Amino acid sequence: MTFTVKINGSAHQVDVDGDTPLLWVLRDVLGMTGTKFGCGMALCGACTVHLDGVATRCCITTVDSVGDAAVTTIEAIGDTPAGRKVQKAWLDLDVVQCGYCQSGQIMSAAALLATNPHPSDADIDDAMSGNVCRCGTYVRIRKAVKQAALVRGAAVQGD
Amino acid sequence: MLIDRPAPVVSDQGQEAQHEPGLSRRTFLTVGAAVGGGLFLSVGLPLRMKTAVAAPPTDFAPSAFVRIGRDGQVVLTIPQVEMGQGTYTSLSMLIAEELEVELAQVNVAHAPADDKLYGNRLLGFQATGGSTSVRVFFEPLRQAGAAARMMLVASAAETWHVAPASCRAEKGAVIHPESGRRLRYGELVDKAASMPVPDKIILKDRKDFSLIGTPAKRIDSADKVNGRAVYGIDVKVPGMKIATVAACPVFGGKLADLDDTAARAVNGVRQIVQLDDAVAVVADHMGAARKGLAALKITWDEGPNAAFSTADLVAQLEAASQRSGVVGMKQGDVEVALKGAARKVEAVYQLPLLAHATMEPLNCTVHVREDSCDVWVGSQVVSRAQRTAADVTGLPPEKITVHNQFLGGGFGRRLEVDYVTQAVRIAKQVDGPVKVVWTREEDIQHDIYRPYYYDRLTAGLDASGRPVSFHHRTVGSSIVARWLPPAFKNDLDLDAVKAAAGPYEFPNVLVDWVRQEPPAGLTTGWWRGVGVTHNAFMVEGFVDELAAAAGQDPVAYRRALLGKEPRAAAVLSLAAEKAGWGNAMTPGSGRGVALILGFGTYMAQVAEVAVDRDGGVRVTRVVCAVDCGTIVNPDTIRAQIEGGIMFGLSAVLYGEITLKDGRVEQSNFDSYKPLRIDEAPAVEVYLVDSSEAPGGMGEPGTSTIAPAVINAVFAATGTRLRKLPIDPADLKHA
Repeated sequence: MTFTVKINGSAHQVDVDGDTPLLWVLRDVLGMTGTKFGCGMALCGACTVHLDGVATRCCITTVDSVGDAAVTTIEAIGDTPAGRKVQKAWLDLDVVQCGYCQSGQIMSAAALLATNPHPSDADIDDAMSGNVCRCGTYVRIRKAVKQAALVRGAAVQGD
Repeated sequence: MLIDRPAPVVSDQGQEAQHEPGLSRRTFLTVGAAVGGGLFLSVGLPLRMKTAVAAPPTDFAPSAFVRIGRDGQVVLTIPQVEMGQGTYTSLSMLIAEELEVELAQVNVAHAPADDKLYGNRLLGFQATGGSTSVRVFFEPLRQAGAAARMMLVASAAETWHVAPASCRAEKGAVIHPESGRRLRYGELVDKAASMPVPDKIILKDRKDFSLIGTPAKRIDSADKVNGRAVYGIDVKVPGMKIATVAACPVFGGKLADLDDTAARAVNGVRQIVQLDDAVAVVADHMGAARKGLAALKITWDEGPNAAFSTADLVAQLEAASQRSGVVGMKQGDVEVALKGAARKVEAVYQLPLLAHATMEPLNCTVHVREDSCDVWVGSQVVSRAQRTAADVTGLPPEKITVHNQFLGGGFGRRLEVDYVTQAVRIAKQVDGPVKVVWTREEDIQHDIYRPYYYDRLTAGLDASGRPVSFHHRTVGSSIVARWLPPAFKNDLDLDAVKAAAGPYEFPNVLVDWVRQEPPAGLTTGWWRGVGVTHNAFMVEGFVDELAAAAGQDPVAYRRALLGKEPRAAAVLSLAAEKAGWGNAMTPGSGRGVALILGFGTYMAQVAEVAVDRDGGVRVTRVVCAVDCGTIVNPDTIRAQIEGGIMFGLSAVLYGEITLKDGRVEQSNFDSYKPLRIDEAPAVEVYLVDSSEAPGGMGEPGTSTIAPAVINAVFAATGTRLRKLPIDPADLKHA
């Protein structure tokens, strides 16, 4: 069956079963491999994308459930103010190690800051606790989200 | 930026450079080098893999590690693989320091399979593990950079008709200060390619280092924050199919019967592949492959292990622990000393089977043709990936091209090639390239697990509480005997007894090892921190018990045993001081210390924990002091300690693989729980300034944390835990 999915501002037609998780549509059908497979059960957050701005685990999101929602992936999150600040903070603090989970981490952090520009430590832990990092970059993720939050406030005013 | 293909070097006399301490002249080409033909692929963007351009034949490539083009582009082929530990950055720093280029000017390439050019002399072949990268390549890569720099300087000097000594290299150019003349490296490559490799390579004086020892940004960060970095699982090859696999859930079992009617009917499923011990579903995409896999009706021949459980495993180890083992370390006579001791302390410590659970599930892409085979994979042992593909296909190794990729975590799992072997076996039956991707369930249930250890420790204390005898009997399977047979000598696994008496001075000490293998089919392997992680838990827990038995402070007690190890004493004191050792803590909280010497690195950690009424343990703060000798990238060292602690904490709090009916009971991150950010302690790292030889840093952070936490739990509760993971039931208090 054919589905039209709006991803990063472009419409893509894909011919797959309706119960196919969006993750495989992105990765294997459309070749957008920035979004990662980690568990297939929404336990690790590696596959996090935004559906209309909301952080969503696309490994359990079937393509027929996406509808008209705008899908944003790591490939385009830098085009959003929150995503840009998060990526910069990640680079400034050199958060990544193996980097495999970081697409999902950045998508979760960007979603957090888009709705909560000044998160508390507890807000950060809460929003990010669905994203597993086996390299254990948590110390720097916390710092980077805080740093991105500070920059963002100033930058939005200056924009 | 990452370049897929390294300098197209011509291998030389066939000497095994990896066995030599420095970079041998044989590793260099004596004629000016890169004779074209190599492909020059960029994979900064996956799509760019299609736009290969021929490598300019005029590049200057004086070694297997360095290549400079006429355009001035510097490509460094990094012999060790990047799995998060930052080795692409720190090893690039070593070359760039001597080559006199800025890190920002450098591109890196994954090394191809080649033991001669890229072998790790500590392990004897091309392998990334054991915290060896900087230790092994500290000299050779600086020599590679220095040799290239000297040839470029000589080229400029000849051009200008001046003495090489009157020139100097700086930021990718040679300058002649007297005359103010300057030539960029790109302008010198033609001449440099005809220069002889210098007989005597002159390295910079350490006081002149501008990169080594200063914090450098990771060169792989940019592509890892925007989704561009290509891991094995992201590889795209035209015409590629996606497969997923189910191996017999009972280890050692075989495929008996298969009904694939329903699976074949799944939209997008193309083929079902049967192996003797597994079934793979080949499809257009992973969604179809997984759906097909779920639709298979598989009957397994469960084999001889169908009733095996963890209790059986532990019973075998317990029985083995009653025997005396192969001696790994002996000084004095522990029996005699124990008889004369004022007090005897005995304990059994246990560590469970552990999975690795790298974030990137295991995967391997293979294209088998009649006369050649390509393998795309993230592997810690690239030449072994090549060899297993050769074995399975029957092709000679030189017909197998391994395209190594970024690794989404290694931790020892990718020191194995079982998943490569399996993927090639599957690909042999598939027309065209196929990417085999394991599900997380397959990853957890078919790991090569960290061995279960069952150790007995016995010490005798004199009247003052000081140990007069120390006996550590370690009991478990041998990884070395399977993984590196030449290193398994005199029936002794050196990893099993590594650091098994800690850094301490005991007048009488005995370390022995009893080998007890699990049933065939259940394979044990390396896990981050290897033997040091294992033995640090045993030794540091037990030494803490000795301090308690002696009624002495754990830090002071350890320090008194470190008369011959001033560097160990120094990190112990530094960690204690920075942690505020001895300061009061609230009830239910405690502070614990642990100390290791491993991988050439001294490390002490103080952990602070809070234990709630239900026995739940929360690690709130970890203070770490480290002396790893000469520091290359201090920021990477901090990152490895921060991350290594978190990796170790997953094992302290949750990590345990258990067996029932021959099957692994855990299957995904719900039953094999990793540490999450809301459980992560604050971490403080203090580096000791040192000019000693560099020590390894990928593993010590993991090795030290478990005993520090266990000892903190004792300080908080008075309960001594001797087994991981922590069971809150042991700590529950009304």
